[in-house]
Amino acid sequence: MDSETIARKYHPIIDPLTRAGWRFWITVIPLAIIFFWSLIAFGWQYDRGLGVTGMGHPVSWAFYLVNFVFFIGISHAGALVSAVLRITHARWGTPFGRIGEAVTVFALAAGPTNILFDLGRSSRFHWVALHAQFKSPLLWDFTCIMTYLVTSIIFLYVLLIPDIGFLRDRFPRRRWFYRPLSLDWSGAEKEWATLGKVIGFLCIAVIPIAVSVHTVVSWVFGMQTQPMWHSTIFAPYFVTGAIFSGIATIIIVSVIFRRVYHLEKYLTPYHFNNMSLLLLTFALLWAYFTFVEHLVVGYGGGTHELVVLWKKLTGEYAPHFWAMVVLCFVIPFPILVFKRTIKGSLIASISIVIGMWLERFTIIIPSFTEPRLPYARGAYTPSWVEWSMMAGLFAGFTLAFVLFSKFFPVISLWETEKEESKRT
Amino acid sequence: MYRWGMVIDLDKCTGCQACVVACRQENNIPFVGEKQAKLGRAKFWMNLVSEVKGTYPNVEMHFLPMPCMHCDHPPCTKVCPVAATYLNPEGIVAQVYPRCIGVRMCISNCPYTVRYFNWHAPSWPEEYKRGLNPDVYRRRKGITEKCNFCIQRIRRAKEKAKKEKRRIRDGEVIPACVETCPSEALYFGDLNDPKSRVSKLSKSRRAFRLLEDLATEPKVFYLREGDWQDGQ
Repeated sequence: MDSETIARKYHPIIDPLTRAGWRFWITVIPLAIIFFWSLIAFGWQYDRGLGVTGMGHPVSWAFYLVNFVFFIGISHAGALVSAVLRITHARWGTPFGRIGEAVTVFALAAGPTNILFDLGRSSRFHWVALHAQFKSPLLWDFTCIMTYLVTSIIFLYVLLIPDIGFLRDRFPRRRWFYRPLSLDWSGAEKEWATLGKVIGFLCIAVIPIAVSVHTVVSWVFGMQTQPMWHSTIFAPYFVTGAIFSGIATIIIVSVIFRRVYHLEKYLTPYHFNNMSLLLLTFALLWAYFTFVEHLVVGYGGGTHELVVLWKKLTGEYAPHFWAMVVLCFVIPFPILVFKRTIKGSLIASISIVIGMWLERFTIIIPSFTEPRLPYARGAYTPSWVEWSMMAGLFAGFTLAFVLFSKFFPVISLWETEKEESKRT
Repeated sequence: MYRWGMVIDLDKCTGCQACVVACRQENNIPFVGEKQAKLGRAKFWMNLVSEVKGTYPNVEMHFLPMPCMHCDHPPCTKVCPVAATYLNPEGIVAQVYPRCIGVRMCISNCPYTVRYFNWHAPSWPEEYKRGLNPDVYRRRKGITEKCNFCIQRIRRAKEKAKKEKRRIRDGEVIPACVETCPSEALYFGDLNDPKSRVSKLSKSRRAFRLLEDLATEPKVFYLREGDWQDGQ
């Protein structure tokens, strides 16, 4: 099919690339302001020291670590889900593919940035590579995350190449941008064969890497002696939670793009129904892990563990804990069982994303407030700097999506076309 | 090889906090002020923890001086991604300040919570500055610091002993806290020397260590308090 026919056939997907109305600007400008504000906040923190945050002794890790784990979690969705769906030839996953891969890349850009914020000497970040100490779980983290980041960027990019080739021919004015990226893609038989092989390899490679990333993130906590962290199920618990929040994020982003860019034809209730079923599976898995984790501690845990457990269940952090249970399970579960409409899955997904952020919070903070020895005690209240950084991260994440959607189609053209031709 | 250790006799400790002051003076530990202290930014390489039992007139007070435990299996050193902290051959858990990048994983993995972070750049009152110890590095903002058994004193004693071609004698080198304790509740020395004071006291029936079940093998030993008697 020639480019003109494709352009006409898929105009809802291609149109947003050239259109930038007032809606685009009222989204981009506030987001950019928030993003730049967070840079100012970081500058302030860099100059004054970490004392401008709410952290202290003994709560020496807080919001930044929560956001770190949260964003890394979200990053799981993408590559993992799209790779698994590709390998299993689940056709309904096609329209979510590109969005998922982009979620991965942007979340992976946002997540580790928090470590940069959290360092006492951020300018020495590279020392982790330079003076690597292999026994530290943080080094394992660094290694896995960097591997995942590189792999997922390649994954996103490789799957974009045929589309970039099309866009290069379609938009001569943007040729300077698309031409180098397209690697002179011409759509020859041989090129398709190579692409197929590369995608097949990447799909398989990305799965163990993604699993390793959140496993190691969980070990940053699980390998420590802090009460309630030292748990053998932390790795699978974190991986499950990560995929859970990741799928929810894909649904949210897809619903927004569907609405704003009028992609109703490609993202149908059928697709969301299937995605919701996947989400439901992970909601159940998450609830199972949460139940097991807390029951085991409650039944057999020692004094130090029990103090933290009760602080979570009935004490200072009970509102956070129970809000998490409600948002991650009580609200989404019935919706996902009985009402897997687009609206239903959106509500469930928003609820899950907030709930999963709270999960990270209730895992990290309460353990810090109750160390083993009964004298170092402290509460934690985030400061304006930490709130600004968090707002900046979310703004940056959204901004990246908006800009991405102006340069690349959010639904893969060539894969949709392939599906279509197979069906007919 | 030496293996430095400390013994703290809780029966003798009066809770006067002289050790805390001496440590602060010796190791250039800045004051952070009341406001920051409330946020948990106060630094006590030697910290005096107290416990009050009962109400007036039947009050019992217990004190626990808490330096770094200098574990033989320190949980803090292995988690540092840049090897800024390590167990030195003489058993001291040392911190390499210029290497530290402020990850704070060592702080969170210390079960005794005796590691401290520089949340701000250190500052001293003008008149105080002349009293700063020239032998001790002034830690900048964004790095972790901790008790090191006054390693600068040990280093000096070792140099002297080497010149005289002998081992450091028992009691020849002591940290500031031990030196200053008015009730002589603190002892310091070489645990490898079976004849040293700390070796003998650490084998006392009253000796115990904190959180022994974690198998961190601390080298700070405490001697249990005797029973309280009525009317005393």
